[in-house]
Amino acid sequence: MAVVTLTIDDKPVSARAGESVLAAAREAGIRIPTLCHLDGVSEAAACRLCLVQVEGRGRLQAACVTETAEGMIVRTQTDTLREYRRMILELLFTEGNHVCAVCVANGNCELQSLAAEQGMDHVRYPYLNPARTVDVSHKQYAIDHNRCILCTRCVRTCDEIEGAHTWDVAGRGTLSHIVADMGQPWGDSVTCTSCGKCVQACPTGALFRQGSTVAEMTRDREKLADLVTARRDKKWTV
Amino acid sequence: MDRVKLATVWLGGCSGCHMSFLDMDEWLIDLAPKIDLVYSPLADAKEYPDGVDVALVEGAVANEENRHMAKVIRRRSKVVVSFGDCAVSGNVTAMRNPLGKSLEVLRTSYLLESAGTNTRLPDDREIVPALLDKVLPLHDEIPVDHYLPGCPPPAARIKAIVEDLLAARTPVRSADQIRFG
Ligand code: SF4
Ligand code: SF4
Ligand code: SF4
Ligand code: FES
Repeated sequence: MAVVTLTIDDKPVSARAGESVLAAAREAGIRIPTLCHLDGVSEAAACRLCLVQVEGRGRLQAACVTETAEGMIVRTQTDTLREYRRMILELLFTEGNHVCAVCVANGNCELQSLAAEQGMDHVRYPYLNPARTVDVSHKQYAIDHNRCILCTRCVRTCDEIEGAHTWDVAGRGTLSHIVADMGQPWGDSVTCTSCGKCVQACPTGALFRQGSTVAEMTRDREKLADLVTARRDKKWTV
Repeated sequence: MDRVKLATVWLGGCSGCHMSFLDMDEWLIDLAPKIDLVYSPLADAKEYPDGVDVALVEGAVANEENRHMAKVIRRRSKVVVSFGDCAVSGNVTAMRNPLGKSLEVLRTSYLLESAGTNTRLPDDREIVPALLDKVLPLHDEIPVDHYLPGCPPPAARIKAIVEDLLAARTPVRSADQIRFG
């Protein structure tokens, strides 16, 4: 297998050809913040939180979809990047309605933890306070669009791991939203198998088990990656 | 050393941040000799005085009274701290914003079936300050110097920032000190 060597934050790193900068950094123990990346499913490059600087390239690059290359010099921790990451997080907070104190994911939310980690102690932009809905038509689960950051982890998980492809993104710009099937209530979806994988995949309080109250919605994301690895390595005989 | 003139203010919030302030328990006894509590819902001052050193402001800016008070606080205080999630982000107080402007909010709350019997809009302007069309975080109304998130901020977080401000240090706070919720 072809191997490339590159430098990430002054550290020499080797990677398999074709591997992403994000994967190479992780293997080298360098943490790049991410939201839309989920182990086990394809990349969407939707959140831009994983932006890094690559020497010789004018624009910032999303580490999850940037291929490693021989001699590449990557920086993941600069003032510019810190400022952009914080800005992205602040905009995510203004775009939906996030009220952590009364959210099912309070204390178990990737958005909330990343904001704290990136030093976001307030939001500098005006809140949009959009009118968004909550769909509780499914027997076991529910989707609260107020908390959705459109990372599409649910869309990719349902399509690529469960093979049901219930979720999609509809609308444009600030009106974009996640829809079940052709836009009907989730409970009326004919494709949903009620497997709950999307609920495990969601980084925020948008997808949750019915009956969860404030701070009760915990997740076990490793299960999804385990499932994918087990399938690839043929750990089960079917 | 001169005592630090401390004020705490209650705008559009539930008073939970002030309860958390009281949760500092016996540390309040250590704090007492270092400060003059010149204005607070926990003290008996009618007017917000001039020359306040540190103001902890709980709650969002939700009505005309809050807006007026925010301006007074800024004019008369050296350091203004957004105290708790409602002041920092609007939080629960701002959950009405997606419902529409103030009249729609009042209609939804007082006139719809779910409001019960005897439905009537509160209309006594002498007593009830007019709602703003949009609930705002404090820093959208006045410049704020420091932010203390949390709903409510745990007592230890309040203590940390008060200690820093009394010692005239810039509060530097780690991720676990600024998490919302
Ligand atoms: S989804 Fe996360 S950031 Fe949004 S309100 Fe819930 S806990 Fe807070
Ligand atoms: S429960 Fe399973 S099948 Fe249904 S939408 Fe979620 S991932 Fe898809
Ligand atoms: S529902 Fe959750 S997983 Fe799906 S796009 Fe929204 S935030 Fe992402
Ligand atoms: S993790 Fe790379 S863009 Fe979201």
